Amino acid sequence: MAQPAGLLYSKEHEWVKVDGDVATVGITEYAQASLGDIVYVELPRIGASLEQFASIGVVESVKAVSDIFTPVGGEVIAINDAIDADPALVNREPYGGGWFYQVKLADVTQTGELMSAEQYDRLISEA
Amino acid sequence: MLRAVGAPSLDELVRVPDALALRAPVAVTPQLSESEIAARFASFAARTTAGGYTSFLGAGAYRHYVPPVVGALAMRGEFLTSYTPYQAEVSQGYLQAIYEWQSYIALLTGLDVANASVYDGATALAEAVIMAVHATGRKGVLVSRAVHPNYRAVLHTYAAGLELTVDELPYAPDGRTDTSSLGAALADQRYAAVVVQTPNFFGAIDPLPPEDAAAAAATGTIAIGVVAEALALAALATPASWGARIAVGEAQSFGNAVAYGGPHVGFIAAGNEHLRRIPGRLVGKSVDAQGRPAYVLTLQAREQHIRREKATSNICTNQAHCALCATIYLAAMGSTGLRDCAALNVARTRELRDAVTAIGGFSTRFAAPVFNEVAIRVPGRAGGVLDALEQRGIVGGLDLGRFYPELGDTILMTATELTTAADIARVAGALAEVDVRAAARV
Repeated sequence: MAQPAGLLYSKEHEWVKVDGDVATVGITEYAQASLGDIVYVELPRIGASLEQFASIGVVESVKAVSDIFTPVGGEVIAINDAIDADPALVNREPYGGGWFYQVKLADVTQTGELMSAEQYDRLISEA
Repeated sequence: MLRAVGAPSLDELVRVPDALALRAPVAVTPQLSESEIAARFASFAARTTAGGYTSFLGAGAYRHYVPPVVGALAMRGEFLTSYTPYQAEVSQGYLQAIYEWQSYIALLTGLDVANASVYDGATALAEAVIMAVHATGRKGVLVSRAVHPNYRAVLHTYAAGLELTVDELPYAPDGRTDTSSLGAALADQRYAAVVVQTPNFFGAIDPLPPEDAAAAAATGTIAIGVVAEALALAALATPASWGARIAVGEAQSFGNAVAYGGPHVGFIAAGNEHLRRIPGRLVGKSVDAQGRPAYVLTLQAREQHIRREKATSNICTNQAHCALCATIYLAAMGSTGLRDCAALNVARTRELRDAVTAIGGFSTRFAAPVFNEVAIRVPGRAGGVLDALEQRGIVGGLDLGRFYPELGDTILMTATELTTAADIARVAGALAEVDVRAAARV
């Protein structure tokens, strides 16, 4: 399964798109397929200060409830309201309309601990 | 065995020392027949009931007529023996009853959704505040001093563990919440919720004024409406209509007798935006594989079973039987019956107020309109007046000085549809005598 290039990935199956000091976060195709039909996503509040790799929200599907471990730390500057009204958007477009939230990075070097598309591909093919 | 323990015989081993041995039969009542036992226990019961007293006590527990249909249905074995169901969907009847209860509460409060009930009004308030704290991420709560003192005490207990700050809004001279400082308090955006009760603890009809409710909404503070006398919901504007986004309270008035303060049944209703934070159980209506109506537990907080370390509430069950009694009561009364009953409460309370305040020295303590409770200022101390009434077989009401030191001369009196013209004449007559004696003492 090929992952979009240009994104960074975490072991917890989140993706990060970095643009300057702003990072957009979502879950991967692999994550949405494993979870099944997503019915609810609890996102952090705008203005909240997130610590990298902390549990900051929840994804609930018809078969499981999983924590969202934020792959990057910083202040939340936007959340995706569209998935509140239509959680299945995360299933349909995990890398597009189904994004979760944006943070202003506390430290741009922290993304060094994340994986490339290639590395992440290897991780999930071993799983 | 005896040899091993060194005892000569079993009798010697278990011998009761002479000093402790019983030498004559114990003096107990000889054997009684079933009917004699019933009569004997009835005599015990008579010593601990308030039979013969006329009561004007309310203050959070209300004496209302309970139609016999409530007992006839609620005492059926299928209902009486079920605790809140654990294998829930097997108990379709019970789930249907809970679904109907939720529908009634949503209707009466004007809000979108209600849960399957909680222990009582006080815990319902604490749970509502916890909902607001999680919804807003704020740790402050602003509570009117005219909210039931017991409810506030329970809230303080919960708040201590959660490290919440509870601040109070004073009451105004007319008995309503003084909201003059509210705008400034809300501007800080420190408060998760602002809590008022209507009718409030003094009986006064006390919703948040529209401009204050709007200010709360604009600053992200959630307005919580408390109802200790649920029957008032049939007469007053709904909590939703004045801006409450969470309404909580006590439904004992619906089909549940007053019994030494319990058991009661609390309700929580909220706008859809709070759906996911409502604690406890929620019953939904669905269809089974054959397309027939089926009731299911739905949206039960996931923390209850699988993510307990993330739980925001310890409410896992509900007050099923009391909620059932309330549901049967509401079905039996219907909207017209409920409104008529509420109107009767207002009328009786006016008669009581007029009769009592016609006596020299007695006056209405607060000017705000009331539902079925009225605060009466008495000559002298409230406690003394209540003692004098009790000697005359009348429970006159609540000494407000117990909770508000500045109101030691004020009695909270309640009249319901069960209060008769004779009851009112009786208490007025007794108070007139008390007044004469109090005056004579001066």
